[in-house]
Amino acid sequence: MIETLLTPLHYDYMLKAIGVSAVIGGVCAFLSCFITLKGWSLMGDALSHSVVPGVAVAYYAGWPFAAGAFVTGLLAAVGMGFVKTKTRLREDAVIGVVFTAFFALGLLLISLYPSQVDLRSIVFGNILGISNSDIVQVLIISGVTLLVLGFKWRDLLLFCFDPNQARALGLNTTALHFTLLTLLSATAVAALQTVGACLVVAMLVTPGATAYLLTDRFGKMIGIATAMGVGTSIVGAYASYFFDGSTGGCIVTLQSLLFVAALIWAPKHGLLAQRARRRIAGGAEAVL
Amino acid sequence: MSEPATVRSAAPEMSVRVEAVTVSYPNGNVALRNASFTLEGGSICALVGVNGSGKSTLFKAIMGLLKPAAGTVTIAGQPVKAALKQNLVAYVPQAEEVDWSFPVSVWDVVLMGRYGYMNFMRTPRAEDRRIAEESLARVGMLEYRERQIGELSGGQRKRVFLARALAQRGRVILLDEPFTGVDVNTETAIIALLRELRAEGHIMLVSTHNLGSVPEFCDHVVLINRTVLAAGLTSEVFTEENLLRTFGGVLRHFRFDESTVQKHDGRAVTLLTDDERPLVFGKGGHVEYSKRAGHEDVVKKRAEGEEDV
Repeated sequence: MIETLLTPLHYDYMLKAIGVSAVIGGVCAFLSCFITLKGWSLMGDALSHSVVPGVAVAYYAGWPFAAGAFVTGLLAAVGMGFVKTKTRLREDAVIGVVFTAFFALGLLLISLYPSQVDLRSIVFGNILGISNSDIVQVLIISGVTLLVLGFKWRDLLLFCFDPNQARALGLNTTALHFTLLTLLSATAVAALQTVGACLVVAMLVTPGATAYLLTDRFGKMIGIATAMGVGTSIVGAYASYFFDGSTGGCIVTLQSLLFVAALIWAPKHGLLAQRARRRIAGGAEAVL
Repeated sequence: MSEPATVRSAAPEMSVRVEAVTVSYPNGNVALRNASFTLEGGSICALVGVNGSGKSTLFKAIMGLLKPAAGTVTIAGQPVKAALKQNLVAYVPQAEEVDWSFPVSVWDVVLMGRYGYMNFMRTPRAEDRRIAEESLARVGMLEYRERQIGELSGGQRKRVFLARALAQRGRVILLDEPFTGVDVNTETAIIALLRELRAEGHIMLVSTHNLGSVPEFCDHVVLINRTVLAAGLTSEVFTEENLLRTFGGVLRHFRFDESTVQKHDGRAVTLLTDDERPLVFGKGGHVEYSKRAGHEDVVKKRAEGEEDV
């Protein structure tokens, strides 16, 4: 029994996959707290799809995948900002139009040169086959992201909470805006490796959203989200060996299960707690 | 109160100078044209105008959130940007602008006022904690420091953000509709605090549509409708004529000579208003109507009861 459970750990590729997933899961979860509070979830989804043409071009050209992905991710973000300020369209329409345009271009590029890039590994991730050079890129992205968040989380928190106050204190909110946007693009690129373009947004939203239901304190929220991101990534990657299923699917399914559990049983903001409060309020009225 | 008065009087004279400021939005809308006024500290100045008259635009220009297309704003003789760097301008937002479910505590919010004094990582020092505590105590909210902001009442929420402005040691404090959703006791407490701050030389600019409270606590008034219509001492500027100009036909009138109020009501008239159409009770608590037309029978019946016309 124990022998069977330990089998995945005998394989080098499994150890790598579990380790890299854990790092990415943790970093994405940390960032997800800011993304959910800022209301940028849709933006995360958009950026994760917009990096696809960049990845494709980077593979043809022989560049590091992160460089290409990063460039198109930022291009998409700037494009969305431009269209939004110059037209009367609402933000959701702008995001919808721009990110699908980038994603479509990526699909087109990949289908034109199918032998060089595997569409499936971009869209659905391929952490089991991750190359050492890709691991280095992921680690660099994660390290830089953690450094920036570690040093500037209080500024970013104020920027999310009350941008006007941030400005009144003389903080450079434009720089903070682009810092958050850059971190979002960078982590989306890293997460692409584990779960693929389609599911990146889950890694960048679900842990933060779950933690938000469980606590009213930002510090705790970060702790819960990060623990959840790391935990689900390790367990998901490990379990996918036995299911012989998609690693990304496993990780995100686990995260979604935890979210549903929080939705129902969260001590204060869960559905059951709300129902209990309503019943108590109703009971009090009945007594009166 | 907790700050020795001598420290304040040693602080430099505060002033806000708005000169020929025009602000337009990217869509070409001119929100404010050629607006000018000057305030010297200490002062409580009401910023009065209808919705969309440019009150928030003017606030944003003073806070450096909007760059005027023409004209200048100077604070203590310096451009806005320099004043912001010195934490001179503090802001108490409107209740609707704040996300009350945000996972921050009262203490977190007040410490945010100290960011400008903290290092690169914004680690609070003992000094920052002391001032934050003192500011919370001054608005009477120290015991709520661990509460999440959404768990507070309307008045308590307002006081927390006021404490943040105090913690910031802002000398120019902008308050956006501070009395909306606030109970009468809190309103009185806030006004008392603003008076103390005025005595210490601060400038408070209060955006409000609560006309009745203006002469109660504001020494200056700026009347605004897409431009500054009048600005100066409340006693000189806050006149019926100027208010009619500011509000156009928007103000609601209750003219006693046209109403169902009669001689027998004398001075025993109660006027209730929440800033909308006032509700007026005559002597003995009967409802009065603003126009006699249509209520002739009421007028007659009451006149008979009191034997007057």
